[in-house]
Amino acid sequence: MVALLLSAAGAMALSGAARSETPVKIGIVQATSGGSAALYGLMQKNGAELAIEQINASGKLGDFKLVGIHQDDAGDRGQSVNIFQRLINQEKVAVILGPTLTTSAFAADPIAQKAGVPVIASSNTAPGVTDMGDHIFRTSPPEAMVFPGVLAYVKKKYAPKTAAQIYGIDDVLMKSAYAVHKKALEAEGIKIVTTESFQKGDVDYSAQITKIKAANPDLLVIGGLAEETANIVRQARQLGIPPSTIVVGANAAISTKLAELAGAAADGFTVGAGWFINYDSPKNKAFVDAYRKKYNSDPDTFAAQAFTSVEIVADAVKRAGGVSDPKKFRDAIAATKDIDANNGKFSFDDHREPVIQPKVLIMKDGKFTLASD
Amino acid sequence: MSTFLQQLVNGISLGSTYAVFAMGCTLIFGVLNIVNMAQGAFFMGGAYFGLEAARLGLPAPLVLVVALIGGGLLGVVSELVIFRTLRARGGHRWMGLVASLALARMMVGLAQEVFGTQVQRYPASGVLEISWEIGGVRIQLLQVVILVVSLMLMALLAFVLQRSRTGRAIRTVAFSEDVARIVGVPVGRTILITFFLAGALAGASGMLLGNLFNVVSPFMGEQMLVKGLTVIILGGLGNVPGAVAGGFVLGLIEVFSVAYVSSSFRDAIGFGLIFFILLVKPNGLFSGFVERRA
Repeated sequence: MVALLLSAAGAMALSGAARSETPVKIGIVQATSGGSAALYGLMQKNGAELAIEQINASGKLGDFKLVGIHQDDAGDRGQSVNIFQRLINQEKVAVILGPTLTTSAFAADPIAQKAGVPVIASSNTAPGVTDMGDHIFRTSPPEAMVFPGVLAYVKKKYAPKTAAQIYGIDDVLMKSAYAVHKKALEAEGIKIVTTESFQKGDVDYSAQITKIKAANPDLLVIGGLAEETANIVRQARQLGIPPSTIVVGANAAISTKLAELAGAAADGFTVGAGWFINYDSPKNKAFVDAYRKKYNSDPDTFAAQAFTSVEIVADAVKRAGGVSDPKKFRDAIAATKDIDANNGKFSFDDHREPVIQPKVLIMKDGKFTLASD
Repeated sequence: MSTFLQQLVNGISLGSTYAVFAMGCTLIFGVLNIVNMAQGAFFMGGAYFGLEAARLGLPAPLVLVVALIGGGLLGVVSELVIFRTLRARGGHRWMGLVASLALARMMVGLAQEVFGTQVQRYPASGVLEISWEIGGVRIQLLQVVILVVSLMLMALLAFVLQRSRTGRAIRTVAFSEDVARIVGVPVGRTILITFFLAGALAGASGMLLGNLFNVVSPFMGEQMLVKGLTVIILGGLGNVPGAVAGGFVLGLIEVFSVAYVSSSFRDAIGFGLIFFILLVKPNGLFSGFVERRA
């Protein structure tokens, strides 16, 4: 008995002494200031930090401890570049989550690629992001992976013949979303009757919408972020574009902010997503509850995808036995397969793109709901 | 035809917010010969003052008054802290330009901290969402209200400048500070009142635009400042009726270049046209009245 107690005490003392935690530094480059980018950045920072907290508390990484280092790039690609350099050269981070905007990613990711530091994006949805190199990953399904599915649903349900497009002309993400939308519309044989554009910071879309109204399309396809999309939708209905014109948005427009800004005008707004809040699984429910508890608000798809990014990192740390061998760590991330994520099973494909089943969402009474056939 | 008329309505309502904002810019320029780069920040400030007032449940006319006074007080602060200090120390007027730019940046930073960076909207109001369809042209009550309020503010400013004692003082200071002192105009107080008026106009236009387009954000003033400066150059520096005309001209040019050329070239065409107008009339649309400025 005494021997047992002694050995137990000894084991405890030993484990106490051996707890020399090895930090795994995770750079979190998310815009928490700087206009509409902050909408996405803050959510991802929150999602990532929640995951780090949970994984550290769970003890499943043993002696490894995840340490998140957040830096705000304000959605400015010049700042993203500086922050990447600092995180890589001074902080010696093992991996970077971010940056918020695709425009920034194209400027900053090559630096990480060159230094051999993996980057996992959770909000870059433009084509070509992972083409930058074998260290660039993303958990955010690109527009091209989501939109054709949304359009197929819309076509089946409403049989539209004509469409109008409007998109942000000075944003890399929105320009490429526009190209994806155009290609998909053409592939479905839907005629594009007018194409309009707007610029970052625009608030008045009435001239463009008046033109669109005159063209009387069956579909209005918006390539814009949440705030812009919300205002376009609202002004479109105010200027008398009828409810029979179905409004379809880009993946990046998914935000609770959309309903808040557009109000009832957003009813029927259709969009594709990799995740949504009412996804029915124990894992997702636990995530949503934990997020609400910590931040007093609902998570969005970007928070969810950033949360998944950290889980991927943790899983890779475990399988690679740490991050001291960067090559092994990168390969472990690339080999991510069937992780139990908040939107179902998550894997990376050969091009480091997410393998998930996109969902079609429709705005109803201020909430995104899963489209029923 | 109805599309053309609709675009005309769109252009006029956009132009009226530009005009109110530009009147404030040109007033400061006309009297003091300085460009106040913080006008855009007062515009943003007015929108937030209005937003807070609207959230407290104040009726719309009072919300406008809060935005007016809030913007005006910001104008007063900028005069007392920056421009008056610089004048007292004999600073060059370019210093005022840079100092006011710094003030604008500080205010944007402060607004980010206090209100967050996300775009906010005025509480939905059933009354203001009313709209009519007349011959295929959609007119919102809000657009009418904003046009009327803008015209009232323009008339009010014209009345103050032309008929009141303060207005005469402002015009005298605009003509020459020295002459003003000789004839006994309280120059310091007159300048302060001018800053109040300019700030109030910026604040009011912030509240109006925030309501019309559903956007209040810390960054909303930056683009507006560019428009405001364009309008006062277009209308003739320091010329109040010119600023009003310039505001409507810019709003209409923007809308019609989207409507009849291409939305992708809106700024290129808009600013190209302004460039052309200035080549023909280098002193602005109202160049004949320059000597009577403010």
